[in-house]
Amino acid sequence: MLQTKKISSVELTQTFLGRIAQHNPNINAYIALDEAKSLAQAKAADALIAAGKAEPLTGIPIAQKDIFCAKDWPTTCGSKMLANFVAPYDAHVITQFDAVGAVNLGKTNMDEFAMGSSNETSYFGGVKNPWDTERVPGGSSGGSAAAVAARLCAAATGTDTGGSIRQPASLCGFTGLKPTYGVVSRYGMIAFASSLDQAGPMAKSAEDCALMMNVMAGFDERDSTSLNREKEDYTRDLAKPLQGLRVGLPKEFFAEGLDAGVGKVIDEAIAAYKKLGAEIVEISLPNTGLSIPVYYVLAPAEASSNLSRYDGVRYGHRTAEYSDLMDMYCKSRAEGFGAEVKRRILIGTYVLSAGYYDAYYLKAQQIRRLIAEDFVEAFKQCDVIMGPAAPSTAFKAGEKVDDPVAMYLQDIYTISTNLAGLPGMSVPAGFSNGLPVGLQIIGNYFDEARMLNVAHQYQQVTDWHLQMPQGIE
Amino acid sequence: MEWEVVIGLETHTQLKTNTKIFSGASTAFGAEPNTQACEVSIALPGVLPVLNREAVNCAIKFGLAVNAEIAPRSVFARKNYFYPDLPKGYQISQYELPVVGKGAVTIQVPAVGKHPAYEKVVNITRAHLEEDAGKSVHGAVEGMSGIDLNRAGTPLLEIVTEPDMRSAAEAVAYAKKLHELVQWIGICDGNMQEGSFRCDVNVSVRKKGSDTLGTRREIKNLNSFKFMQQAIEYETRWQIETLEDGGTIQQATVLFNPDTGETRAMRSKEEANDYRYFPDPDLLPLTISEEDKARVKAQMPELPEAMKARFEAEFGLTSYDAATLTASRELADFFVQTVHAGAEAKPAANWVMGAVSAKLNAEEKSLTDSPVNPNQLASLLKRIADNTISNNAAKQVFEALWNGEGDVDAIIAAKGLKQESDSGAIEAIIDEVLKANPAMVEEFKAGKEKAFNALVGQAMKASKGKANPAQVNEILKKKLS
Amino acid sequence: MALSIEDIKKVAHLARLEISDADASATLAKLSGILGLIEQMQAVDTTGIVPMSHSQDLSQRLRDDIVTKTNQREAFQKNAPMLGNGSAELAVAEGLYLVPKVIE
Repeated sequence: MLQTKKISSVELTQTFLGRIAQHNPNINAYIALDEAKSLAQAKAADALIAAGKAEPLTGIPIAQKDIFCAKDWPTTCGSKMLANFVAPYDAHVITQFDAVGAVNLGKTNMDEFAMGSSNETSYFGGVKNPWDTERVPGGSSGGSAAAVAARLCAAATGTDTGGSIRQPASLCGFTGLKPTYGVVSRYGMIAFASSLDQAGPMAKSAEDCALMMNVMAGFDERDSTSLNREKEDYTRDLAKPLQGLRVGLPKEFFAEGLDAGVGKVIDEAIAAYKKLGAEIVEISLPNTGLSIPVYYVLAPAEASSNLSRYDGVRYGHRTAEYSDLMDMYCKSRAEGFGAEVKRRILIGTYVLSAGYYDAYYLKAQQIRRLIAEDFVEAFKQCDVIMGPAAPSTAFKAGEKVDDPVAMYLQDIYTISTNLAGLPGMSVPAGFSNGLPVGLQIIGNYFDEARMLNVAHQYQQVTDWHLQMPQGIE
Repeated sequence: MEWEVVIGLETHTQLKTNTKIFSGASTAFGAEPNTQACEVSIALPGVLPVLNREAVNCAIKFGLAVNAEIAPRSVFARKNYFYPDLPKGYQISQYELPVVGKGAVTIQVPAVGKHPAYEKVVNITRAHLEEDAGKSVHGAVEGMSGIDLNRAGTPLLEIVTEPDMRSAAEAVAYAKKLHELVQWIGICDGNMQEGSFRCDVNVSVRKKGSDTLGTRREIKNLNSFKFMQQAIEYETRWQIETLEDGGTIQQATVLFNPDTGETRAMRSKEEANDYRYFPDPDLLPLTISEEDKARVKAQMPELPEAMKARFEAEFGLTSYDAATLTASRELADFFVQTVHAGAEAKPAANWVMGAVSAKLNAEEKSLTDSPVNPNQLASLLKRIADNTISNNAAKQVFEALWNGEGDVDAIIAAKGLKQESDSGAIEAIIDEVLKANPAMVEEFKAGKEKAFNALVGQAMKASKGKANPAQVNEILKKKLS
Repeated sequence: MALSIEDIKKVAHLARLEISDADASATLAKLSGILGLIEQMQAVDTTGIVPMSHSQDLSQRLRDDIVTKTNQREAFQKNAPMLGNGSAELAVAEGLYLVPKVIE
């Protein structure tokens, strides 16, 4: 669009900044904006375009989840702990976008330290779902989700530890992809649960996600878990027909707990795939139910350790009054972290503490292997797995705040792919009672290009991904 | 009642790398505070560790040097605790699967009083890679501590022994041996003042003959062998007295105060620790193949044990001399270079262990600062061997060499120390002596052997010490027969 | 395993989180619910299953021992927290981070 000179990057950036000025006070998707910085990048991008050095995302305004360190930008991770932290370096993901001349439009709101499924744990207040502002956008990438849904950016980044890209994509009606663990570098991405965290794109369509992946993915020697693979073009297979595609439907994804309205939308999407030439295979992922207990041992355990660096010594919140070192630690951390983060630190500390390690942590790692092996078996019978991304549509703000277990169940269909390290995505598949429903597509390791193809072909025959919430045109 | 002390050591050796174990920040000592504390060192949000190849090579070298099992797969774990000099709130270490497994070192325990010197094998339990913490500095601001994270992330190899030692002398002998070994194989600079080699000593006592271990107390951070000796001796006495007075020993971490010569329990470590170890998800398992080991082995110097055996076989040195010369790499190198420069092995060994070492000790110099180098020593020994100078004269030449008075031959010439080996000249001197001492000649002929030595002495005196004593003996014998 | 208030307080102390008695009680109820969820794992026989720490079975990559970092103390210390206890200064002096006196 920009290369054809219909509009300049500066104009496009200004348009989005205008929309943000208009809608953000209500939606609360962005928690940091810097018009001057964004426009300077846009100007530089226009120069690149004029010089004929443009790449697909040159000059495109991207919203960055506030979990990515971006040099000289506030980087808070949605926490009071880092409310005054200005990152002195760039995350790998930010560097990658800078390298192609994309515009950083601002930092988006999120659940504190990415812990939440509704964006209600953010220190900077909840985010409203553009489809119904009484409802949550999902989480933890709730700000990015609302920004994409309300067209307050061209595309956004998110991170997904247990569903934090896919569940909000489902609840806000757009396309979101969590890549294979290790495909996108975690360097500069503030850690929640290191062995599960993975960054990915959030955008209107699968095609846009593919273009985003071309920028975000790639080897980074600063992340020991970054995979050293050849660079790939994620758009290469978009046009392939789906004739003969084997789609696995895990019976556990359609059992008790799934909202009937959501189930209906998913059934219709499957029917559409049949029309596109796909074969349907019934499969089983027998340990799906265990993914939540396993996750709520492993993720808090890793988080409890990852969050120990926030001690008020070198950066971050330090309490105003303290008597000694112990007092400073305990008060700074109690004040700097919100309730959900503290709960998870406590659980994580508990499951790792002397006498409990084997019963909790080791056991969870063993079951993690069983869950991963379920997928290995399943992919012997099918090419992709489909099902709902979330068990319900967007729920009302405040509805699950006091019931962590109910909140955790939001991720029942997404967590197992994080545990296995597999790629997963959510694709808009329709509406239930006027609220978006996402179809989840799970692929085998490194099958992102095929998944994007599967989503893209669906988006050629449907227009769910093009629909916009009312009142924000 | 007879008591026995049981001692095990945990030694933190700082590895000689350019950069930190998990980041590209410099490890150079003595920089301004926090100027070598990169984003990884200070644990900024979002940073990640990547392992330094050289640190791994150092661990492999150590494993090979103590004949240990080197784990084909080892795992980094997080040790979680809060301390201001530990920026992440956890230390990356190795817990269940360390890189180096069971091994052993042979130590030489020196003679003490009536007890002769002896050898002993100390078993190594394990050695693991980990990162060092930063430092707390006091005094910058009243009532506060200052945190300097330059040292945070410096690679350490923690070497743990079995509780095999039974005296302070054995513990010190082990520590010294290990100190030499890590320098020998080039993995540690051994600088104890700068904290490159720090020992924690676990001490417990039990009744002699008992096979259960007593409760141990851990003496932390000993950075001199003298303090180690004093600390263990004090701690042993304290534990025995406590038990004999009907008390019990509580497991504790203690510090040694060199000013009082006493140990005392640390206040900050009173509460029981629960380190919540778990495998670090930011790091993958470290794998070491046979090829990796072979490659590192090829870069390693000959080890002290092998060199000792070679010195005995190749140079005919005694076991004691070979052990002494291979106690440090510098000493062994100095000896070998002296031999390569043309000296005979046995005198070279004697001079290196004798005159050279004595001079260095007296002047508190290390071998690298020795004013006499192996080439000069070899020149000197060659002049003894070819009868140019006597052993006595050689000592004067050595002294002059040490003081930088020129090369060996110039000193011999300048001081007129060349010994007389012209038999005609010696004969003339002896004739003079015999003429001047008829009484002595009579005594000798009457059977007094001592008189012969007196005549030799007179002849040497007459030659002003320059006559070759062996020749004097020979000619005198002939003349008197 | 039933959780007690003492457990909560002990764990909070390990995690260096100040917690009031009232908060400890409220937290107890929520954590008990979560632990109840976690307990489902105990029904699974995991004998002989190798624990899974990473999704890919790979080895640690090694970095060359070359200095790549330069001094960024000034930039990093701009993020230092306020000293507190009545001082609005940053908690740094002479290049050091300042904390209450560390007692050995």
